[in-house]
Amino acid sequence: MAQLQQQHTITVLVENHPGVLARTAGLFARRGFNIESLSVSVTDKPEISRMTIVVGGDHRVLEQITKQLNKLVEVIKVVDYTETAAVEREMALIKVNAEANVRTEIMQIVDIFRGRIIDMSDKTFIIEVTGSTDKLDKITDLLAAYGIRELVRTGVIAMARGAKTANRAGRDVD
Amino acid sequence: MKLSGAEIMLECLRQEQVSHIFGYPGGAVLPIYDAIFDCKDIQHVLVRHEQGAAHMADGFARSTGKVGVCLATSGPGATNLVTGIATAYMDSIPMVAITGQVRTAVIGKDAFQEADITGITMPITKHNFLVKRTEDLAEAIAQAFFLARTGRPGPVLVDIPLDVSRNKIEFNAEKDYPRQVFIPSYKPAGPGARVPELQLKKAAQLIAEAKRPVLYVGGGAVLSDAQQEVTELAERTNILTTTTLLGKGAIDETHPLSIGMLGMHGTAYANHAVNESDLLIAVGARFDDRVTGNPDKFATKAKIIHIDIDPAEIGKVIQPDVPIVGDVKTVLRELLKFVEPRDWTPWNDQIVEWKRTFPLIYPRDGKLYAEYAIEQISEVFGEECIMTTDVGQHQMWAAQYFKSRRPYQWVTSGGLGTMGFGLPAAVGAAFANPDKRVICISGDGSFQMMTQELMTATVYGRNVITVVVNNHSLGMVRQWQEMFYSERYSQVDLQASPNFVQLVEAYGGVGFRATTPAEFDEAIRNAKAVTDRPVVIDCVIPTSEKVYPMIPSGQSIAEMMIRQDLEQLKADVHADGAEWSFSKEEEVLKQYVELVQSGKSGTPQ
Repeated sequence: MAQLQQQHTITVLVENHPGVLARTAGLFARRGFNIESLSVSVTDKPEISRMTIVVGGDHRVLEQITKQLNKLVEVIKVVDYTETAAVEREMALIKVNAEANVRTEIMQIVDIFRGRIIDMSDKTFIIEVTGSTDKLDKITDLLAAYGIRELVRTGVIAMARGAKTANRAGRDVD
Repeated sequence: MKLSGAEIMLECLRQEQVSHIFGYPGGAVLPIYDAIFDCKDIQHVLVRHEQGAAHMADGFARSTGKVGVCLATSGPGATNLVTGIATAYMDSIPMVAITGQVRTAVIGKDAFQEADITGITMPITKHNFLVKRTEDLAEAIAQAFFLARTGRPGPVLVDIPLDVSRNKIEFNAEKDYPRQVFIPSYKPAGPGARVPELQLKKAAQLIAEAKRPVLYVGGGAVLSDAQQEVTELAERTNILTTTTLLGKGAIDETHPLSIGMLGMHGTAYANHAVNESDLLIAVGARFDDRVTGNPDKFATKAKIIHIDIDPAEIGKVIQPDVPIVGDVKTVLRELLKFVEPRDWTPWNDQIVEWKRTFPLIYPRDGKLYAEYAIEQISEVFGEECIMTTDVGQHQMWAAQYFKSRRPYQWVTSGGLGTMGFGLPAAVGAAFANPDKRVICISGDGSFQMMTQELMTATVYGRNVITVVVNNHSLGMVRQWQEMFYSERYSQVDLQASPNFVQLVEAYGGVGFRATTPAEFDEAIRNAKAVTDRPVVIDCVIPTSEKVYPMIPSGQSIAEMMIRQDLEQLKADVHADGAEWSFSKEEEVLKQYVELVQSGKSGTPQ
């Protein structure tokens, strides 16, 4: 059976050191792995940062990525959410043309997608919307009809459902 | 007592039992060199180029198994180390590179001789540190040595800004140097680590069931110092053993069960054996493209057992049937508990037959060839010498014809293929092994990349011998241009080279030129007598010589090229009844097989 190109969401816990982002991102670049999105922040423990990386590739590529990441001295743990029930979320800020005559329409769309209008001018809205990558893609498509002036997305963040966590106590993926 | 960062650094090196630092001073390391001025117990070796320092540290490490140390200033000093660090990284060599850095206050301001060396070396070090406070220095150095030598070894760089090495803090090495390093995110498999019994049993079962097994042993077995275990496994199972370029010495190559190197320029019999095998036992080897050619056509009939300390090597190129992650020595010891003795098999006879059909052979027509020179070196210097090489045709001839007897005897740049490596590596090895003779096989191309380190050898009275296999061209590139680029010899002509004999004399060494076998014999005898300075033998060979066998890049054994004159050469040898190396080997092998068949197999010799 041919391996399909697939997207995987992985979480990488790293020591919160200067340069650790460069090390991790550099690894993807030089081993020829594709990063679809990358999001980094500190965790409840200030000495640990958490990266959520969406990567493209088949099962073998993912295995190599995981193993190579684990080789980095500052990487504490790599968790792959592909086979796990996990919540994945992404946020977007969308600055869209919103002249008076279309405002109601846009507000309805925002409502349906459970977004919020967080800034308004005589010509534009800034819309904040959170959800899966799919949902963000859809609202973006719909708003494109009115003219999107600017768009920014955070990249996916993920967490396993239930009591499972990605913290140190868990088992490493390898 | 208050010590400067530089003094603390030297204290730390003492704690790590460092005996030699290969280095070159500069502005950002002035405090370190000031401390070195008073240091009596660690020898600083002043090189002529920082790349030489890195290769010397590398040669020191490869010839001992210890961590090599090199030191350079910031900016260009540090960037000159880069090729040496990358060389060590590709071959998993334990090394600590210490670099000076501009003052912390001006980092990032494009200060004089500033280079972001931690950024530059990120992809070519196992790890690196920029130490921003003198208080953090001892821990960084302890971690650097720990990382360099444990798990899959590799180079680690410690970047020390000027003010960090100048500032003084309270420090007592006995008390303040970390005895034990704990890095929570780093858990290497080490000697003595538990190996899953299930995997060992599976491997033992595959070995028991195999009809056509081959052992394929790489640099990991050398790094793990596992010659005894590899040999024991081979002897108990009577499995013939091929080694990679870096695995040379993992089994004594004069052992009857050794079938030499495999891969692009490996022996035809080792490649045939691997190609036809039904079980390939890969031990500390990484299925490099110079070994596999096209991985889809490599050992297609074989099940694969892959033993490696680095989990990332498992499945990187070829998916094994039984992966075992761990230190090679430990894994083999555990595996031997489950492996049953095997008899000498018809399969072994088949490999021996291939060896008769495709022997390593070269013309005995009165001309001087590299193969002859290398055989004579083994003859004259015996098993105690250390051989280093540069990169190119001479390296492959050396790999084919030099029989490595033990780990740490064979020093060559495999993964990176660094021309210029041989001479400084030989000097480094000579410092580490004052009782052993070190011979560098070089080429007229490679030699000219690091010639200046002859001066280092002269100053410190190291009698390393460099044999420059001189074909007046960049031979390996020329060979490819001849074979694959319609003999369009582009930029490979080195007719215009310095007079190597005069050159080494200018550096204070001794030079000889040999153009015939007899001249070479005399040169090597004379070289042997030199005790206190470097020797260069300009060994002139025909330009048109090529390395055979050859499997072209990315192809398989089906495309293997052998000497066109092979049959003629074999006939010539038989006709004049001369002694040639293979007939001696055959005698040893015959005795061994008789021993095995008389039921005394597995007894260590």
